Order: sequence, then C-alpha cells, then structure tokens
Amino acid sequence: MFKKISLYILMTLAALSMIIPLLWMVSTSLKNNQLVFQMPPRMIPEDPTLDSYHKLFDLFPMMRMLMNSILVSIVITGGQIATSLMAAYAFARMSFKGKDAVFLVFLATMMVPFQVTIIPLFVLMRSFGWLNSYPGLTVPLLHTAFGVFLLRQALMTIPHELEESAFMDGANHWQVFSRIIAPLTKASVATLLVLSFMASWNSFLWPLIVTRSDDMMTLPVGLSVLRGRYETKWNMVMAGGVISIIPIVVVFLFSQKHFIQGISRSGIKN
Amino acid sequence: MIVGESRTKHSLWVLFFLLPASAGLILFTVLPIVSSFILSLFSWDLLGIPEFVLLENFKRLSGDQKFWKSLVHTLSFVGGYIPAVLVTGLLTALLMNSKIKGRGAFRTAFFIPVVTSWIAVALLWTWLFNPKFGLINYILALVGINGPAWLYDPKWAMTAVIITSVWKDTGYVMMLFLAGLQDIPASLLEAASIDGASGIKRFTAVTLPLLSPTTFFILVISLINSFQVFDQVWVMTGGGPSGATSVLVEQIYKNAFRYNNMGYASAISLILFLIILIITVLQSRVQKLWVHYV
Repeated sequence: MFKKISLYILMTLAALSMIIPLLWMVSTSLKNNQLVFQMPPRMIPEDPTLDSYHKLFDLFPMMRMLMNSILVSIVITGGQIATSLMAAYAFARMSFKGKDAVFLVFLATMMVPFQVTIIPLFVLMRSFGWLNSYPGLTVPLLHTAFGVFLLRQALMTIPHELEESAFMDGANHWQVFSRIIAPLTKASVATLLVLSFMASWNSFLWPLIVTRSDDMMTLPVGLSVLRGRYETKWNMVMAGGVISIIPIVVVFLFSQKHFIQGISRSGIKN
Repeated sequence: MIVGESRTKHSLWVLFFLLPASAGLILFTVLPIVSSFILSLFSWDLLGIPEFVLLENFKRLSGDQKFWKSLVHTLSFVGGYIPAVLVTGLLTALLMNSKIKGRGAFRTAFFIPVVTSWIAVALLWTWLFNPKFGLINYILALVGINGPAWLYDPKWAMTAVIITSVWKDTGYVMMLFLAGLQDIPASLLEAASIDGASGIKRFTAVTLPLLSPTTFFILVISLINSFQVFDQVWVMTGGGPSGATSVLVEQIYKNAFRYNNMGYASAISLILFLIILIITVLQSRVQKLWVHYV
C-alpha cells in the first residue's frame, strides 16, 4: 500500500514537471502586456484575454505561415509516402539486376547527417531559382530512404500467392501495386505518415535556410522571427507557440499508437 | 518477372517504380553529399568563381578558435545531455512499467513535448528561464536560491539548453526503454524474487543487464542526434552569450549563410559527418563486447 502511494506521488510529480511548463505557455498567452510581468506570477490569469492572439494574426502574417506549414507538410508527407511505397514495391516484389547495390545506397544515405547536404542543396535551389518558394521548401524532401526501408520491410511479409493469381488474370504491375499490395500496408503507411508529418511540421533548419520573406516562412521559422521582432511581448510569443503546438498534438492524440510505434522503431525524431 | 513479360517491359516497370524515390535521392541527397566533399576544397563566397584551395579550409579549421570552441561546446552538450536523459528516461520508464492506473495519461504528458517543435519548446523555456520574470527563478527564490541569469550568463547558458533538451526528450527515451523493459521475461524476475533477491538486487542483476541492448541502442541514437544540436541553441541563445553555446551546426550555418564562406562551412560539415561516422563504426564494434542478449 505504502509502495503504491509513493509510486503515485512520484508519477504525479513527474507528470507535473511536464505539464506545468505547457500550462504556463497557455497561461502567458492569455495575459495582457502588464500581467505578463506580474510578480508573483499567477498560473491562472486574473483577467484572461485573447488579445495576444488577435494581435498575432493582425500584426504578424500568422495565418499565412500557418497555411504555409499545412501546405508544405501535406505535400512532403504525401510525396514521401508515394515515392517510398513505389520504391519499396520494386525492392520487395520485383527482381532486377543490382537490386542489393541500389538498396545499399539508400541505406548508406541514412547515415549521413542532413547538415552535410544543406550547403550544396542551397546552391542547387539557388541555381533552380527556387529560393524562397514552395518548390524549394518541398521538392528536395519528397523522398526518404527511411520510408523506403520501413515500407520494404512491410511489403516483404506479404505472401506471393496474392499477386500471382492477379498476374495470371492479366493484371499489370501498377494494378497489382495499387489494388493488392498498397492496401495491405496501411499500418506501416500510417506509421510513416505520422513520422513524416511530424518531421515536416516541426522542421526548422531547411525552411530557415531556404526562405527569406515572411510570406514564405513556415511556422517554426516564423516563430523564431516573431521572437526577434516582439522581444518583450511574451504573451504574443507564447500564443504563437500554442498555435504551432495544437495541430501536431491533435494529430498525436488521435494516432498515439502509430506515433509511439513509429518513433520507437525509427530512432528518428525532429 | 511475370510469365510472358518481355525483358524490356520488365525493366521499364522496375524503372517506373524506382524512379521517383531514386531521382530525389540522387539529385537531393547523393549529389549534395558528394558536392560537400568537393566544395570543402574550394574557397567560395557564392558570388565570384570558386577558387580551388586544396586543404586550405581544413588548415584554417585547425587554427580556428571559434571552431574548436564550438566543438568543445558540442561535446559539453553531449556530455551533459546524454547521462541526464538516460537517467530521466529510464526512471520514468520504470514508473510506467509498474502496474498502476493512469499510465495512459502519464505517457501522454511525457509525449506532448516529444511531438512538439523544437522552436515552440525553445521559446517556452527561454521565457521560463527569464532571469527576472521567469517561473524557474521564481520557484528557486521560493526555496531561497538566487537563480542565475541563465541564458544571459555564459556559465549557465549551456546548462539551460541541456535542461530544456532533457525535458523535451525524456518521453522519447522513456518509450524506447519501456519497449525494452516489456521484452524482459517476467519469469526471470519471478525466479529472482523466489531466490530471495530484493527489488534493488533484481534491478541490478536482472533488469539492467537484460536492458543493455536497449540502453546501447538509445545511447547511439542519442549520441548521433545530440552532435547535431542546433534548433534549441539557435532560438534560445543564437550561440551566445559571447559564444558560450556556439555548437558545430551553428558554426556551419553561420559560416555558410551569414558570412558566405561556402567552402569553409562545408569543411566543418564534413567534420560533423566524420564524428557521426566514427560513432556508427564504434557502435558495431562495441556492441559485440558488452551487450547481453537473452
């Protein structure tokens, strides 16, 4: 009994250390300019107001940045799933010369940190005229070696009898891929979906490099600019934080299983 | 190959499925990696014609105080962050592994920071660490401690960055440990307790050794991730105050996109690559030596 109670106390304390900072973020965002600096600080604002949210959308291109983030994340996630699923089909269900060697190249690139590629990638985007543009934000990221690896594993477990009879009936590879194989990989695709979405929603370094003007920035880059521009307006900065967290937390709450599975499997985070 | 399908047709199908991912990989990953090596041998300010300088960039690196400092700071981040996050991750995983109610909510609480962007987390903690109005120094003052200026104090800035990082990643490490803990056969722990082993003894003699493959995996992943530390540093301190939190990736970024030293920045990025390569190679060597498998 004593042991159980102390376990509960420990658990509550640990959970509070996670929750209090997040609540503090929400609380600050609901305070006016004076109450933000009130001492002693109050967790529940005296006079809660959505003022800083209004200001954020009026004085700062928050809506545009939110839309940019949504658009960029959806394009990258969709692209990564499509390209990975197709490549995984070739690697898992087709035979061809040099298959192992090509797959090894995919695997090898996973060991190279992204930061090694950013300078030449920036130069390439510049020569394409893609700096500060949607293609620049998305096109270099439409493929993922990890996704190919993950989906190849899933595709290899599907028994061959399934497609053999379809081929007998005269189906071609695209029909087998889109009607038989792809629908059987829903669980793994869902894992890749949440991982890709989370990574692109939260990604910072590449959008920071490739965007210049406010109207092309994604939320994380926008938030870092916001902080520079409204240095002492902590209520506005925290409101921006809350807005950037809500979509990803909602996605997380509805697909916890896939998140946790995906993250534990990949060792990949932001 | 499908029966009756011609060789050419089969090759075309292979190409069709492979091309989208491969084209992206070649153009936007492989080519840039190769270019990084080439670029590191040039001096280039983005405007003029790149000038071939052979190993001049690396020579310059060896004498660059800023580079060495950033390497030392990266190491101090790694050295502070890794042990701390392994301990908090393991402790919370052990809590989660005990059979008590409310574990779902607990897990969610720890996982929200994991799915949140680094930028939101870094901004939140910059505010929490505010010397005058921040929650942390307020709480410290309640127990009679005069808190430091944190991000404004060269002595404390890196500690603040480490605390923030541990807070964000604990849930992640917890989930990895939890998966490992759940793989430990309950029968082994029962056998140990029948033999009269105490809770602590069971933990050190059964749980920890059997957890070593998981621990090792987490260690390697965290090492690789933490050498690439950037987002939180960039938002919280920008590398300051007076360079106290300057790290490798921050040096790459500044040299490339602030000072337009593309070749020199590429050379630094190759050092990062080398470090991660060494970790990867050591991993496969060390794994054989001390990891216990069931």
